[in-house]
Amino acid sequence: MTNDHSGTHGAVLADIPPADADRPLVELRNAGKSYGNIRALHGVDLTVRPGKVACVLGDNGAGKSTLIKIVSGLHQHTEGEFLVDGEPVRFSTPREALDRGIATVYQDLATVPLMPVWRNFFLGSEITKGPWPVRRLDIETMKRTADEELRNMGIVLDDLEQPIGTLSGGQRQCVAIARAVHFGARVLILDEPTAALGVKQSGVVLKYIAAARDRGLGVIFITHNPHHAYMVGDHFSVLRLGTMELSADRDQVSLEELTNHMAGGTELTALKHELAQVRGVDVERLPDGRDLTAPVAEPGEEKA
Amino acid sequence: MSMAQHAEPAVTTPPAPGRKETDGRTSRRSPALRVLARPEVGVFLGAVAVFVFFLVTAPPVRDGSSMANVLYQSSTIGIMALPVALLMIGGEFDLSAGVAVIASALTASMLSYQLTMNVWVGVVVALIVSLGIGAFNGWMLVRTGLPSFLVTLGTFLILQGVNLAVTKLVTGNVATDDISDMDGFGRARKVFASSFDVGGVQVKITVVWWLVFAAIATWVLLRTKYGNWIFAVGGNKESARAVGVPVTFTKISLFMLVGFGAWFVGMHQLFTFNTVQSGEGVGQELIYIAAAVIGGCLLTGGYGSAIGPVFGAFMFGMVQQGIVYAGWNPDWFKAFLGVMLLGAVLINLWVQRTATRR
Repeated sequence: MTNDHSGTHGAVLADIPPADADRPLVELRNAGKSYGNIRALHGVDLTVRPGKVACVLGDNGAGKSTLIKIVSGLHQHTEGEFLVDGEPVRFSTPREALDRGIATVYQDLATVPLMPVWRNFFLGSEITKGPWPVRRLDIETMKRTADEELRNMGIVLDDLEQPIGTLSGGQRQCVAIARAVHFGARVLILDEPTAALGVKQSGVVLKYIAAARDRGLGVIFITHNPHHAYMVGDHFSVLRLGTMELSADRDQVSLEELTNHMAGGTELTALKHELAQVRGVDVERLPDGRDLTAPVAEPGEEKA
Repeated sequence: MSMAQHAEPAVTTPPAPGRKETDGRTSRRSPALRVLARPEVGVFLGAVAVFVFFLVTAPPVRDGSSMANVLYQSSTIGIMALPVALLMIGGEFDLSAGVAVIASALTASMLSYQLTMNVWVGVVVALIVSLGIGAFNGWMLVRTGLPSFLVTLGTFLILQGVNLAVTKLVTGNVATDDISDMDGFGRARKVFASSFDVGGVQVKITVVWWLVFAAIATWVLLRTKYGNWIFAVGGNKESARAVGVPVTFTKISLFMLVGFGAWFVGMHQLFTFNTVQSGEGVGQELIYIAAAVIGGCLLTGGYGSAIGPVFGAFMFGMVQQGIVYAGWNPDWFKAFLGVMLLGAVLINLWVQRTATRR
């Protein structure tokens, strides 16, 4: 799925990795967040190193969004520590996070659909020229830079004037990633970048995640798809109900285990049991509980 | 690490059938279609149509002075339609714009008359008050997160009441006193309400201001950072905020720009008629909004131009004066406007759908 002819993966590889390659860029230590009396997240550890992809997995409502909101500066943590380059920080706006090199590609991509691609690319960080009263957008430079930057990521667009809303989901995702990379992001947070995409488009996006990683960026890849995570991830954190269920490096966990943690094998067994009571569902042909839950310790209240 | 290890893993994402996913897959739209996709094209065609229509049916329109009259009429709507359009592109609208014009004129007039000061003092204070009203609207909006309809409806009612009540309180009358013999009146009139001669035809200075403001607005909208931000906050406020656009500043300043427009038109009215009727202005806000919408601005924000509302206002002026020159009952004006508004909106819709289709 990734053998796309247009890829410039190799070209991107040529970039020089940063000097102190293993120092964590972003670190969460026992961090948590409460909204009033609702504890959305607690006891979360996460380390993002340059040139590594840290995957955060979890079902809906597991706290993934809260986690990225803390790191991207939209919300503030209420417990634990949040360190950037080893020093504790507390961002009050996304702008502050951006200034520290933490860029977020949101699920809705933070693009303005009706605006042209190049305007979206530079939105909020426009290049200008000329003295104050007639300070104006340097449209030529911006268009050229956007085009170059997109080509570097292997995205070729014929017309940068077309509204970004007319691009496909995968293309828009890639534009958003290219934008973050261009603006000096050292840490790239991707919020479910493959959630709404088709198989092939997901492949393209995964390729750009790998490209960003190979450029020396630290990537936080939020997803609920363990297969996608396992293709590019170096470290996997699974969230469940606001806490960390699993935190393992790539060599400590297999795709099957990850899938199992993620899909909640025990819950699936219970679901199967419920489905058995619904007429019309052929339970016999559903996978066996054991197939799904192999290496996980089963909780006591398991009733199947 | 090889990414091709697991060939078909995407369990949660359905395949996209029939989509051609090759790079460079968009065929270039023809130049004609791309021109048609501009927001101001529909209204330009509409303005030409209305112009030709009255040129044919109302012979007096062909006269130079009638044309100057039409342009003058258009300019008084057009100067306000510009900031209203920018605000609309920025995703909001302002129902208090009509009465804000009168509020500004009343402030300038009563202040300088009651305190017997140079009218320029009143003019400057009125500007501050107008900007203040705009800032209040914007501030309320971003503070409360309420829709601009509610916030500005409130301001509209407040100003409507205050205009009448304060005027009665101060002057004992519903109109302000004549200020034409006060210091600085002549010069102020020159700026806001004079005429000049073009080949034997008297043209009002507001026409010039209108076109100058339109040119500046167009430049700002398309060529500056701020213009980029206007499109962004109207198109997708959350996205704009996430990439670092100062949304609060942009919204508040847009409301203040409407305040500036209200001040300018208010000053024009004051220095044309020397006195202000405190009950006027109600209903004008809808005319401004209609001119902006006819001009191709999307009511929901994120799309539009500054040139479009120029043609939109011209259509209004043309119809208003054209009906008179054609010798018809002027009561038909509003009905005509309604038809025009619907027609323009439908044409815009059709043009955009046709032109932006891939």
